[in-house]
Amino acid sequence: MSQPDAVTSDSAGMSPREYWRKNITCVLGLLVVWFVVSYGCGILFVEELNRITFGGFQLGFWMAQQGSIYVFVVLIFVYVRLMNRLDREYAGEKQDDMEISIREEEGT
Amino acid sequence: MEVQTWTYLIVGFTFALYIGIAIWSRAKSTKDFYIAGGNISPISNGMATAADWMSAASFISMAGLIAFSGYGGSVFLMGWTGGYVLLAFLVAPYLRKYGKFTVPEFIGERFYSNTARVVAVVCLILVSVTYVIGQMKGVGVAFSRFLETDYNNGLFIGMGIVFFYAVLGGMKGITYTQIAQYVVLIFAYTVPAIFISLELTGNPIPQLGLGGEVSDGIPLLQKLDTVITDLGFGEYTTSVMGSKLNMFAYTLSLMIGTAGLPHVIIRFFTVKKVSDARLSAGWALIFIAILYTTAPAVAAMARLNFTKTIQTEKVGVKAGNIEYEKRPDWFKNWEKTGLLRFEDWNGDGRIQYYNDINGLGKARLALKNAEGELAELRKSEGVQDAELAVIEQRVNQARSKLGEVSAKHEETPFAKHGWQGNEMVTVDKDIIVLANPEIAKLPGWVIALVVAGGLAAALSTAAGLLLAISSSISHDLLKGIMLPAITEKQELRASRCAMVGAILLAGYFGVNPPDFAAGTVAIAFGLAASSIFPVLMMGIFSKKMNRQGAIAGMIAGIGITLLYVFQHKGIMFVPGTTFLGDMEENWFFGITPNAFGAVGAIVNFTVALIVSKTGQDPPEEIQKMVEDIRLPQVGER
Repeated sequence: MSQPDAVTSDSAGMSPREYWRKNITCVLGLLVVWFVVSYGCGILFVEELNRITFGGFQLGFWMAQQGSIYVFVVLIFVYVRLMNRLDREYAGEKQDDMEISIREEEGT
Repeated sequence: MEVQTWTYLIVGFTFALYIGIAIWSRAKSTKDFYIAGGNISPISNGMATAADWMSAASFISMAGLIAFSGYGGSVFLMGWTGGYVLLAFLVAPYLRKYGKFTVPEFIGERFYSNTARVVAVVCLILVSVTYVIGQMKGVGVAFSRFLETDYNNGLFIGMGIVFFYAVLGGMKGITYTQIAQYVVLIFAYTVPAIFISLELTGNPIPQLGLGGEVSDGIPLLQKLDTVITDLGFGEYTTSVMGSKLNMFAYTLSLMIGTAGLPHVIIRFFTVKKVSDARLSAGWALIFIAILYTTAPAVAAMARLNFTKTIQTEKVGVKAGNIEYEKRPDWFKNWEKTGLLRFEDWNGDGRIQYYNDINGLGKARLALKNAEGELAELRKSEGVQDAELAVIEQRVNQARSKLGEVSAKHEETPFAKHGWQGNEMVTVDKDIIVLANPEIAKLPGWVIALVVAGGLAAALSTAAGLLLAISSSISHDLLKGIMLPAITEKQELRASRCAMVGAILLAGYFGVNPPDFAAGTVAIAFGLAASSIFPVLMMGIFSKKMNRQGAIAGMIAGIGITLLYVFQHKGIMFVPGTTFLGDMEENWFFGITPNAFGAVGAIVNFTVALIVSKTGQDPPEEIQKMVEDIRLPQVGER
């Protein structure tokens, strides 16, 4: 999963290309989790996980019918947070640019 | 009060509510009509999306499907929720940033081609029409079972309600009614589940009750495994659906199909900004997860209740099986609809319901039906000898088949208990949710609530689909291609007319269900997964994908998926036109036709990549547009 801290850009500013690269890294990282909890735990390694039981459930079965869904919900909210942070970093600098251009326009 | 009075009261109240909302939220502009003005809050949109998404199939059929397939049914749970992760990460934010009204509009503009737009409209209409027929049928069935009206009258009432708020309010009216419908349907789904969980496990939360213990201190799932394996069924918690590869492909098809369904995608056009689109996908999944995590609990509990109703004691003891005369009232009610049917094969007056692997019960039924037909034919006059001979031959065939099967049955452990074939000749999976409150002996108002919930689920999805259809006609075909000169007012009127047309078409198919209605899932998800999802992905994530690649990919994806579904299920699902047979040995790596969308998507991607190499790169302004939709909005809109 991508580290939010690693995303924090330095004062050098963020180009659209850099924004897109960080966006893709973030999505790919989260999709790995998405894949592991559903296809991995719920289907491919379900027998292995079923050997572990807790509170009346076999873990593999629980992942397939309950756990994966909870993780999906958490994943989207983690994504929302990461992306909002990334957007702010990007927009912060862009707004500066815009302010500069507005000032320039007013100056002329 | 009687159940029926309650039903009239609660269903009447919810309908009055929907009409009230329709009058309050009339659409004044095309922006209102297509995207509800574009200022719906993320939570409201999440709720509306949940109702839009959860159809009669989710509400009525899914728990029953899981109940009778056990672990294998997980494909529906993971597939229909995991798709929202893809929607949130890969589709919703970019299409929201694009900021127009329909999915074909994006495809047409991104691939600078009206042909691409038309192909997308065709895919959209195919997907949405098959889907909407199922909803209309659901409305008709709910009415005819619980309000004892005629199926067609029930259908017309449903059409009338949708007509009112969808034509008047467009997306705006639909959004606010969907919010109300979500509240009705989630309440209707969870209340009986809570009661049943409480009764069976002492835990009021069904999600926890699923892992709880039944009265004798054994975990519910373990108990269920024992009860059904004693009857020869596969273990509930480990029964695979087909094969692991099939489950993998099935889950993937449902996930990418979900992320490619136009009526769901357009819901994300209604929020203010890109960040709201991401957030509302999260809210939508929360609201959906409430039902989707309750469903497996309902499924396991209903399976246990249903099995224990018939097999009251140990297998093999005579008193272990319920006497037919002592069957509960709900059993009798559902027998009347033909969705439950009993035949006393061994004549002991008790019900034996078990996994009759050799199909002895089926063979007996086939013989009984053939003999009945023969007797009927002999009674009637003027029958040709040739006709009689055909039926006689069928009887003989059925008899010899029965002899064969009986010999095999003698080797099973059930034969020595005197069991002579499975006596529950029909157990329709759809009754599980609807019969649940009756099985749990809940009061009449709960049963009425479930009916209102089922109707809310069907109507909310139907409305969303109808909007997707009508906007693709008025906005893409009419305004976009045929008559670009029309004013906004004219377009608004055209979209209302298209909506009326779409409702009438849906109603017509509801009254005269075509053969392909049975294959709704295979067609709708297969097409969305194999055509719309891949083309959206390539449009957003590849700047170099050109129109030749996109069009070839879409056509190849739909083509191969339709071919596979038709060759195994019949052309347009007409029985007898299968050219490879609905047989496992002919399946591609054991993948069922329903799960083939994932393969179709791979074909789509591959063909598109190869064909795109032969054409030129997209024009500069298109590449600019792709760059633009990838970036966040700066400042307020």
